[in-house]
This record gives sequence, C-alpha cells and structure tokens, in this order.
Amino acid sequence: MIERILKIGIISWIILLLIWYLGALQYDTYFLPSPLETLDSLALLAGNGTLGADIVASIGRSLRGWGLGILFAVPLGLLIGNFKHVKYLVEPILTFFRFVPAIALTTLFLMWFGVGDESKVMLIFYATFFPIMVNTIAGVASVDKSLIEAAACMGAGRVRTFFTVIVPSAVPYIFTGMRLGLSSSILCVIAAEMLVGSDGLGYLINSSKLYYRTDWAFAGIVTLAVIGFLADRLLQLFGYKALKRFGVRKA
Amino acid sequence: MADTLEQKTAYISLQHINKTFGNYQASKDVTFDIEKGKLYGLLGPSGSGKTTILRMIAGLEHQDEGDIYIDGKLVNDLQPSQRGIGFVFQNYALFPYLNVYDNIAYGLKVQKKDKKYIKQRVEELLDLVGLPGLEKRYPSQLSGGQKQRIAFARALAPNPQVLLLDEPFAAIDAKVRKELRTWLREMITRIGITSIFVTHDQDEAIEVADEIIITNLGKVEQVGDPVSIYQTPKTPFVAQFIGQSAIIDNYSVLKGFDNSDKYSKAVIRPEFIKIFKYGTHNQNESVLEDAIVKHIIFRGNLFEVELDVHGIQIHVDYPLTEAPLEVGEKVQIIISKLYVFDENDTETIINSGLDSNSLYYI
Repeated sequence: MIERILKIGIISWIILLLIWYLGALQYDTYFLPSPLETLDSLALLAGNGTLGADIVASIGRSLRGWGLGILFAVPLGLLIGNFKHVKYLVEPILTFFRFVPAIALTTLFLMWFGVGDESKVMLIFYATFFPIMVNTIAGVASVDKSLIEAAACMGAGRVRTFFTVIVPSAVPYIFTGMRLGLSSSILCVIAAEMLVGSDGLGYLINSSKLYYRTDWAFAGIVTLAVIGFLADRLLQLFGYKALKRFGVRKA
Repeated sequence: MADTLEQKTAYISLQHINKTFGNYQASKDVTFDIEKGKLYGLLGPSGSGKTTILRMIAGLEHQDEGDIYIDGKLVNDLQPSQRGIGFVFQNYALFPYLNVYDNIAYGLKVQKKDKKYIKQRVEELLDLVGLPGLEKRYPSQLSGGQKQRIAFARALAPNPQVLLLDEPFAAIDAKVRKELRTWLREMITRIGITSIFVTHDQDEAIEVADEIIITNLGKVEQVGDPVSIYQTPKTPFVAQFIGQSAIIDNYSVLKGFDNSDKYSKAVIRPEFIKIFKYGTHNQNESVLEDAIVKHIIFRGNLFEVELDVHGIQIHVDYPLTEAPLEVGEKVQIIISKLYVFDENDTETIINSGLDSNSLYYI
C-alpha cells in the first residue's frame, strides 16, 4: 500500500512543495516567491493572455524545428545506416558537429537567419537532428540479420528489404531518437528565446527580471516543466498505441 | 563441369565444396548427393560445418570452390530466391511487426500473386500446420512451437522444391520438441518435399531423418540411413559419435577379442553387452567375463549399470524387470561386438567365441 502511494509520486510532490513553501517564508517574494504566489501569477498571466501566447509561440517553434529534424534526420540516418559508402563519407563530419552544441551556434544563426522565428527554428532543427539521426543509424545496425536473409530467401530485392525489413526494424530506435530530440528541442527553444525575441516562454522567464517579477519567472518555469512532461507522456502514449507492433515498449 | 554431373537420382548435388572463413576452414571437399523427396539430417558436433553447408545450398553463403546443383541445374551464381528453396531459421526469423497472415504472405507478395490466391494459400497453409484462425496474431503472441510452425508455413508458401531447416528444434523446450519432431516428420512426408535439416542431436537425426549426413571438422564422414549409420559406422569419428559410445584402449584383454590387434582402440556401446547374475548363464562359457558392479543409476525406464571388467569401466543398460543388482556384486557379461579403430579406419568385430545362433540370441 505504502509502496503504491510512493510510486505514484504524490508524496514526493507534497514534500517538494512543503520545502518550497517553508523556504519562501524566509525570503521576500522578489527573491523566492512561494507556491501560492507562483500560482497567483500563473493565473494572472493566463488571464491576460500572455501565458497562452507564449506557450503557443514556444510550442510552435519547437514543433517546427523538431518536425524538420525528423524529416531530415530519419531518412539520412536510414541511408547512412544502410549504405556503407554513405556512412564512410558522412560520418567524420557528423561526428565533428555532434559535439558542437546548438547554443554555441546562436550568434551565427541570428546573423544568417535573422532575429525572427527562422533562426530559432533552425537552431532547434540543429539540436534535434543529431539525437534522431544517431539513433536511426543505430536502429539500422540493430536489424536482425536473419530477417534480412529470410526476406532474401523469399525473393525480396534490396529496395523491398529496405522498406519491409530495415525500416520497420529500426522503428523503436527512431522513436527513442524522436523522444530525445523532443527534449532537446524544448531545451533549445527556451535558450534561443532567452537570447533574442519578444515572445515565448524563454522570453517570459528572461524578461521577468526587468520588472523584478521573480514570480513570473517561476510561473514560466513551472509551465515549461509541465509542457515538457506532458509532451513526453503524449509521445510515449502515441508510441505505445501506434507503434506497439514494431516493438516500442511502455517506458 | 555440368556435363560431368551424373544424373542418377540426385536432386541436389554438392561436389568438392571448399569454404573458409578467414583462417577457419568450414568445409573441406564436401561431396554428397540428395535424393528427391527424402528428408536428410545434417548431423555433427558444433563447429563441424553443418550449418555452413545448409547456408551454401540456400545461397546465403558462397563456397570458395566446388559446384552445387539443384535439380540438375548449376546454382553457384544464383541468388537464394532463384534456387527454389524455403529456409526455416533457427530463431524462426519471423517479422515481429507483421502478423501471422502477412508473415506467411510475404513471399507471395514478392511474387506479385493476386490477393485472392494469397488469401487462399495462407489459409491452406495455416490449416496444414494446424493453426487455423491465427492470422491476426503477432509473433510475440505465439508460443515457441507455434512460431516454428508459422516459420515452416512461411517457408512453404511460395512452393519451394527444397526445404532447408537450420536446427529447427533447438530453441524449443524439451517437452514440445519431441511432439514437434513427429509433427515435422509427418508434415514433410505428407507434402513430399525434399528437405534437409541441421542438428547436433543424434536422437533427433535418427528419429526424424530418412538419411543422415555426418559432418566433422568441415568434412562429410558418412552418409547413410539411420540404421546403417548406427550399425556400421564407416569412420572412427562416426563410431565414437553415434550412440552412447565409450572408448576402451586395451580391448584385447576381453574374451573373444584377443586375436585382433590391428587397431589400437575400440568403441563399446551399452547394447553390445548383456549382464547375467553370476552362474545363471551356462552357454558360451568361453566368452563369459566376470565383472563387478560399480554404480547403479536409475534412469526411469531402466538401470544404467557401471561395471568394472579387467579394470575397464563400461556402462550397460539393465532392465527393471530383471532380478535387481547390488553395488559390489559379481556378475557375468557377454560382449557381442566392438567397433575397433585407429586414426584412419574402423571395423566391426564380432566376438569370436560366439556362433551366429548365440549372436541372434543376444
């Protein structure tokens, strides 16, 4: 019984909120707003439409960047995984860029793609690209060789084998890549919005300091956490429901 | 090459096949013929090259030298799909993301058969393997035995001329394995398809196969039906490998075998020996040996008795219905035959003190 309640996580949340509440008693609201004050400002920001607009802006950007990432990284990963020569050609470059974090490219991207949405979307695209691609390559590498042989014995050519054996076998890995990509897209959108722009949750969090509204920053951070959590849960649910037969498992 | 192929009843013919993987020679001058419609067991210890032979026939592996003919046609340069074979993999290799229907239909879809035919063929095969109505199941929802049957149905779907099975029962638990063996035997007899299966289990080969091909260290040791393999091993390896064989060095101390010293060692099997309670047997006295019971192991349907004969340890089966033996008891035995061998040759020798009548009696 106790184990089950603990597992749900409700106890952990109560403890965290309690510590936060007690901590907030010691400081004034500019330094550390209490849970209730945070809730108040969430209501305020939601009421005047700021929060909604910022959420839409941030989610829109990360979805576009993430979508682009999937669109390019999956086919490229499949190609690299499937053709040794493409792999030899592309791998050294990719390994090099893998270790250049998206944030490091912000300035360049601002210069190249402007201060608008484009530079942010491109930055997210860059950030999501690698986890998705690397996982897709791993997915191709993990294909059970006997499945390929079975297809060959039944007369499947290279193209058919690619679409009926390699791609479906790589699905669980691609899906993991997408999940990792989603979390880096959220990470990246906030960073980009904090650096430049006039809306989005990153902007909200960053700009709150201008008005000495620490509670707004807290409201933004809480919203962000909830969005991240929900997005991952939704994606997992989708994976489990729609991709179950490919071997995507419940986390 | 092609014109030297003798067209007797050989349906598949392997001629002087050599294959190496790096430094490892998996096949050494492998030559044998397969008759149409029979079930062959490729039997050998692990690493003996049996799976490599199967994979070369399928075209999944290519020989370095030598020729493979299927139905009189040289297939060296043909893709697996052009050889008219169906292959059942050891781990079944069912597509986990396709349901049973789509798994079986895979080869038919490749052949661009029309939908109606595919549907009819899949149903027919599911009936054949005794699993009708499982079309919508996914492989993860099947038991090991069911997966095996579906893999079998999938391999048969495109109507291959030859069925190749790689360790078809290895991944199935012992209880189901026996049942599945009988099932496979019946199934193949019913379809009449020429089949070759790989196994390391001699019971399996002897029980299931019409003909056994024994491999060792990349070479074919002997080809023959189970009875002849069992009773007249042609190489030292086969003599030792088949049956519950034990090797004895100084066999010439045994009565009736003292005049043969051409070979250095001998193989003895439990069924060559008969135990008598001391003094209960009064025929063939010249070959009666004294022995001491060392251990008795209960094997369910019989006792396995370990005996000491002139310092030689031998194992003998002893029926539960006979008068019980005790450890330390002195008994008498008759050894009817031995397989004697040296590095290159083997021969069966009959106990010289027995006439043909008493041989029959034993």
